[in-house]
Amino acid sequence: MNPRLYPLAATIAIFALAWAICVMQFPTMLSTRVVGNLLTDNAYLGIVAVGMTIVILSGGIDLSVGSVIAFSGVFIAVMLRDTNLHPLVVFVLLLAVTTAFGAAMGGLIHALAMPPFIVTLAGMFLMRGLAYMLTIDSVPINHPFYDLLDGAYWLMPGKGRLTLIGAAMLVAVAVGMVVAHRTRFGASVFALGGGEATARLMGVRVGRTTVAIYAFSGLMAGLSGIVFSIYTKSGYPLATVGTELTAIAAVVIGGTLLTGGAGFVFGTLIGVLTMGLIQTYIVFDGTLSSWWTKIIIGLLLLAFILLQKSLLRLSAIGGGRATRSRNEAAA
Amino acid sequence: MTVLRRIAPQLVTLAALVALVTLFFPDFLRIEVVDGRFVGPVMDIAKRGAQVGLLTVGMTLVVATRGIDLSVGTVMAISGAVAAWAITHDVSLAGTLALALTAGAAAGLWNGCLVALVGIQPIVATLILMTSGRGIAQLITEGRILTFSNEGLAFLGSGDLLGIPVPALIWFAAALAIALLMRRTALGLLVEAVGVNRSASALAGVNAAVLLVAVYVASGLCAGLAGIVSAADIRGADANNAGLWLELDAILAVVIGGNSLLGGRFSIAASLIGALIIQTIDTGILLAGFPSEYNLVIKAALVLVILVLQSPNLAHQWRTVGRAARRRREGVPLSAKAQGQ
Repeated sequence: MNPRLYPLAATIAIFALAWAICVMQFPTMLSTRVVGNLLTDNAYLGIVAVGMTIVILSGGIDLSVGSVIAFSGVFIAVMLRDTNLHPLVVFVLLLAVTTAFGAAMGGLIHALAMPPFIVTLAGMFLMRGLAYMLTIDSVPINHPFYDLLDGAYWLMPGKGRLTLIGAAMLVAVAVGMVVAHRTRFGASVFALGGGEATARLMGVRVGRTTVAIYAFSGLMAGLSGIVFSIYTKSGYPLATVGTELTAIAAVVIGGTLLTGGAGFVFGTLIGVLTMGLIQTYIVFDGTLSSWWTKIIIGLLLLAFILLQKSLLRLSAIGGGRATRSRNEAAA
Repeated sequence: MTVLRRIAPQLVTLAALVALVTLFFPDFLRIEVVDGRFVGPVMDIAKRGAQVGLLTVGMTLVVATRGIDLSVGTVMAISGAVAAWAITHDVSLAGTLALALTAGAAAGLWNGCLVALVGIQPIVATLILMTSGRGIAQLITEGRILTFSNEGLAFLGSGDLLGIPVPALIWFAAALAIALLMRRTALGLLVEAVGVNRSASALAGVNAAVLLVAVYVASGLCAGLAGIVSAADIRGADANNAGLWLELDAILAVVIGGNSLLGGRFSIAASLIGALIIQTIDTGILLAGFPSEYNLVIKAALVLVILVLQSPNLAHQWRTVGRAARRRREGVPLSAKAQGQ
């Protein structure tokens, strides 16, 4: 097997193992109902994590996404309350705003040669602030179209419900996979993550790619905001505080290197589901306090990183041996 | 003199900011003496800036080694929880402080070992403690807000000495101690060496691993101290909210202080002025009478302006423009200059 696939394989193996342990203790966790809920509850996180994966693959980071999700919810709720626009029109407007916002951050990062960490931190303050400016209250969304979106689901065998937002996450992951692994843009992203100077020498248009990367992340965050607003049926400026860090953790658990240049979008989906699984297990158990979620996710993060490190070292040794034997054969 | 030149941009920014706030709130710089205490917006900033200020001191060192410490806000929650737990379990004040600081140092040791010995990137290594630390703090407080009524401990958060708020004194003393330790010994130079190139400094005989661990321990200690101050201020440990997102403010302060996130040369004084700038923005927006909903937007805009002005690219372009203007004044043709090179 290609050593590059080791982290992904490890991620999938650990997820399968964790689920097996859960099922042994609570056999009902094998049902499609649990699967459906797992997808629905983590839909917004999964979508935003796809955008984060692309950003991290390029060696960057986007701290603004949590605020963008909150802004999206508030924007939609206020627009639906104060205007007669159809939700679909509002969605298009919103996605235009968040994509433009992401592109602006990408432009600043490139033009000013500032670290993405700081620029997106300022973006995080700005978006949260804009959400506050729209409203400081939780605004409910009452629109027949929202009831339609919320009620749409496909009944899986075993009476599990694959909701619209759960399906939206799966589609987003599929799109992310195609974008990252099958397009010219994706190749540029990986090249940029490997090293900016090298990428430039290879003919990657660094500026344009950087703008596109953060625009994509903004688009995904906007989409995630829409999904979150369907999930909660309201907009609240204090919502999803810290989601950016959860998304980063999911990406890391999914086997993507934070240095950039190596990773898989599919791994991110598994990372999100692993974190969701822990939450579900704690709900099933009933006696564990919620703070154990945080501690276990931290430990899991540590375990994955240590695993990745040792795998990388192993593959480096293996790769070295392979080259050596090839050289010997050539000699 | 060199120090002054180094911190000049930050001082100018702070002065401009103070002028701006004074424009909206004329009494900004007024300090009165009430009940033997100095009272005024400036003292308020010095007091409220203590938490971010303390974090900034440790963060500057970590950033100088090309690292980052995302866990400091969480470490504040842990040390605050430990302090509140100890003082409510009849531990003496000295023992309580020692326990809380040990908790901070232990957290730093953990981060440092992950970074220096295991070789994990700092941002991921500290992310682990950042996500799990609040859980640990809640474990200590059992999910409640642990309150206490010990006057001695509360003094550290809300008392005053010689008319000056104690948190401001703690902040100033810690910053002075670490700055002297770094600049009066070779330590600061060694930290910079590790930040510029770890393997080269290791080859030159710097014990990079120990130094890295020490830097994270220092950051943990600063965070522990900040946690004590924050718990003492509200006379209780709130595991969910103590130090929440303060790590971001601290990193911002370090960057506004002109320190590169890529490590190398650092200035604690400049970082602290950065922390003061952030606190002045926060307090200034409130004093100037803007509705509190506008705080974050104004803060983001100001931060963006400061960052754009300090951007390395922009400085480079200004220098190029300046050079071109000088050339034009001196009448040296561009082509001749180019040929000379």
